[in-house]
Amino acid sequence: MSKPSDLVQGTLDLLILKILALEPLHGWALSQRLKQVSGDVLQVSDGSLYPALHKLEEQGWIRSEWKPTENNRRAKFYSLTRLGVRYLEREAANWERISAAISGVLRLTEV
Amino acid sequence: MRFEHWVSTIALRLRSLFHRGRLGADLDEEVRNHLDNQIADNMSRGMGMEEARLSALRSFGNPLLVRENSRATWSWNYIEQFVHDVRIGLRTLSRSPGFAIVAILMMGIGIGANAAIFTVIRSVLFEPLPYREPDRLVSLFEHQTRPVDAGYSNYLPVAGGNFSEWKKATKDEAQMAIISTWHQYNVSAEGGKLPEKVDAAWCSGNFFSVLGIAPALGRLFIDDDDRPGAAATVLMSDSFWRRRYNSDPGIVGKTVWLDARPFTVIGVLPSSFLYEGKYGGGTDQLWTTANHEAPADFMTSFGERGFVAVARLMPGETLSRLIDRLSAVQHQIKVEHPNPSVSDDVQGRTILEDTVQDYKTPIYILLAATGCVLLIVCLNVAGLMVARNAARSKEHAIRAALGGGLFRLLRERLTESLLVCVAGAGVGLFLAWGALQWLVSVRQDMNRVESIHMDVTVVIFAVFAVGVCALISGTVSAFGSKQRYILASLKESSRAHGGGRTRASLRRALLAVQIGLSVVLLVGAGLLVKSYQRLRSADIGMPIDNVLTMRINLPGARYKKPEDWAAFFEQLIARVRAMPGVEAAGLVSTAPGEGWGGSRMMSVVEHPPLLKGQGFDLLSRGAEPRYFAAAAIPLLSGRSFATAERLERAHVAVLSRSAAQAMFPGEDPIGKHLDDSQGRVYEVIGIVGDTRWYVTEPVHPMVYMPIYGNGYSSATIVVRSSQAVETLAMPIEKFVSQMDADLPVSDVMTIRQATAKSTVDNQFDSLVVLAFAFIGLILASTGLYGVLAYLVTQRTGEIGIRIALGAQRDQVLGMILVDGLRPAFIGLLIGLAVSASTTHLVKKMLYATKPLDPEVFVVVAGMLMASAALACFVPAWRASRLDPMQALRTE
Repeated sequence: MSKPSDLVQGTLDLLILKILALEPLHGWALSQRLKQVSGDVLQVSDGSLYPALHKLEEQGWIRSEWKPTENNRRAKFYSLTRLGVRYLEREAANWERISAAISGVLRLTEV
Repeated sequence: MRFEHWVSTIALRLRSLFHRGRLGADLDEEVRNHLDNQIADNMSRGMGMEEARLSALRSFGNPLLVRENSRATWSWNYIEQFVHDVRIGLRTLSRSPGFAIVAILMMGIGIGANAAIFTVIRSVLFEPLPYREPDRLVSLFEHQTRPVDAGYSNYLPVAGGNFSEWKKATKDEAQMAIISTWHQYNVSAEGGKLPEKVDAAWCSGNFFSVLGIAPALGRLFIDDDDRPGAAATVLMSDSFWRRRYNSDPGIVGKTVWLDARPFTVIGVLPSSFLYEGKYGGGTDQLWTTANHEAPADFMTSFGERGFVAVARLMPGETLSRLIDRLSAVQHQIKVEHPNPSVSDDVQGRTILEDTVQDYKTPIYILLAATGCVLLIVCLNVAGLMVARNAARSKEHAIRAALGGGLFRLLRERLTESLLVCVAGAGVGLFLAWGALQWLVSVRQDMNRVESIHMDVTVVIFAVFAVGVCALISGTVSAFGSKQRYILASLKESSRAHGGGRTRASLRRALLAVQIGLSVVLLVGAGLLVKSYQRLRSADIGMPIDNVLTMRINLPGARYKKPEDWAAFFEQLIARVRAMPGVEAAGLVSTAPGEGWGGSRMMSVVEHPPLLKGQGFDLLSRGAEPRYFAAAAIPLLSGRSFATAERLERAHVAVLSRSAAQAMFPGEDPIGKHLDDSQGRVYEVIGIVGDTRWYVTEPVHPMVYMPIYGNGYSSATIVVRSSQAVETLAMPIEKFVSQMDADLPVSDVMTIRQATAKSTVDNQFDSLVVLAFAFIGLILASTGLYGVLAYLVTQRTGEIGIRIALGAQRDQVLGMILVDGLRPAFIGLLIGLAVSASTTHLVKKMLYATKPLDPEVFVVVAGMLMASAALACFVPAWRASRLDPMQALRTE
């Protein structure tokens, strides 16, 4: 229900982790960054970020912290944990492998 | 990795368990922040306030759903949902407190009764006895392959001579000890204390070490104490030591006087010690050594069965192997001593089985009864829940239509029945505790009753029972709801005619089962009650009213010769007869109902000699000339003893009617002679009516001989009076103490009390099962009433139309009655069939009552149909009195 249909299962998690690996962000900033970096190709409804964030936190990949924002309001910032960093490395490598394999196959059929 | 992951997330998990409220607030704030940020961003792009808000909401999605989905990712979510279900359950239950209270009370009775019986089974039948490695201990008995000794069952006591052979033959297989539990000592008056008669046992020197007991004070017997010339030593029980000697720590080494002989106290047994077997022992307070106490010929006899053998199996040895070995030994003894009183076989069982064998059947019968009650309760609660669900069918249909999951609704129902069961178990454990207190206080006669206690296992049992009950009542009631026909039930509720047919049929099936179960209970109870009544009215051979008995046992140390015994008894009975209020008094060695009291092999001198070792096994009694008149035992022919027939002239005998018939078929026994195969010959002088040696046992042929001169040093005084006979007890005891201050009088009671005492277990079993049967009947009847009342409400409109169209009121009455009585009748038939095939299980507990007693079955059927008719009549009558206008208006 919460997952956008055009995102491969688990991809949203990977994207979130990657973005948070660069710098800790709060939910809204994360959604903005997501739109920005994916160039609006990946359509994610803003709301569906939150269940994903809570799940990642529950699994221990990310942690959260209330901190003041630049306009002096309180916001919940998410950052990667040690476990999360390792998980991201592994998953990213996995992704590289799979997508390389898939592209390879696709190229084959084209010829 | 997995473990590391688990460790590093446990803090998170705990946080989400204990700080759910804060997490929820955080989530709300987070969502709000996001929306605010988005709105601010939108406005900065030039949107109006309202437009910015709508656009933010659009791109965000449904905030409520986001919140729900986020929460669903937290751990412990199932706990949260369970708590939620519980809250809903509590709310629905508190909305109908009547249902809740009735259901909880019913569950309480059901679970309580089962918890109580479970406790009894665990503590009495299964808890190991307080000995070292009790599972290696066995009790051994003699066994006659030919049923010569009809009085006792297959487990006969062991003769001393046989035991010595057994012990010799099985040195490597087991350690063997013996005990003879049925003795008594007169403990003398000392230091201002009253004399008293105390139950005691003779045992072998190794008895306690075989059991593996350590003394609380002093030491236990050693083999050297157990020989004829040893110093007289005695062990005492903890309770006797506390009661009579005020827990005197210096008791060891002191002298006590037993039967006017000095004994040195060598030790006190621990309070946990208990030995209680087929031949008793639970009331014993003193233990002495067998070879010191028993005559030498008693210890070496092969036919005088005086002991129970206890053996500790060596590692690797089994009971059946030991018995095979001993049987071979016993068979050899029989070949060498072909006397009829010598057994030819050996039987044995574990010591625990020996202790509780007699209680097994009654306790399991009670378990079956409480199990039935619990099942009835579950079905009844299920019935009530079905009724409630029927009333809520519209609600459920709407919820299902709005997307409420089938599983979710089922879970709610299970939670509700779980709540009822948990509350019921709370009530039930309390009830069980009370019931057990009561049981322990009324059944002091039961072996191991003092070991009954509730513990954690009972609570675990209750939890288990709760689970099973919740599952039964929850799922059964869930079966009744028709989730699949949402539309149908939505439509149905607008037009109730003939509605809920399927649901009602489920409830009818539940009812039939309930009624069947209560019929089984009623039949069982009926049989037990009838058997108990038979027992109470069983003729022991003498009138039981206004007859007082008391026992006197003359100690051998002070009263050495038969002349002394006769002199004492004659003087005493003369004094008793002279008392005002005494109508008649007599002496007998063992009064009717007092027990086996010894038997002798007799043959008829005038008849052709029997094969060696054959004869008639007769109970032998010593009687005083006027005993028969005092006990009102009819003299059928001949005469009673004459006053002069005493001591060396005491070789005359009176036969009971059954003995006369067995020994002298078609002859007049008077003037014939009996030979006791030990060189004594008795002339038969009279025939009297039969008496029973024990209330619950069949009549056994009996021979009486004069009590003065046939070796009787103990006697029961039988006193008859026309007024309150109990008031004579005190003056008689005073006479006795005037004649001998050290001589206690024991077992003072009327014959009626004595018979009541020996039937107390039958009374108990029948009353308890009867109580459960009535609970079952009441539950089933109220269930029947409930279903029918519900059906009538459902069919109000229909009945109104029928009456408006001219149906006669008694037709309506009949229609509803038949509707209700049909499941009752089916249940009755099922119940009778099940009873007929199961009552043989209680056969062992029945006295003079057949398991298929037609009277009981008819009465139960009648009673059940009557209560069912009563339960059905009220709603049926109400239906027939419906005002059609009113009924149609309630649409």
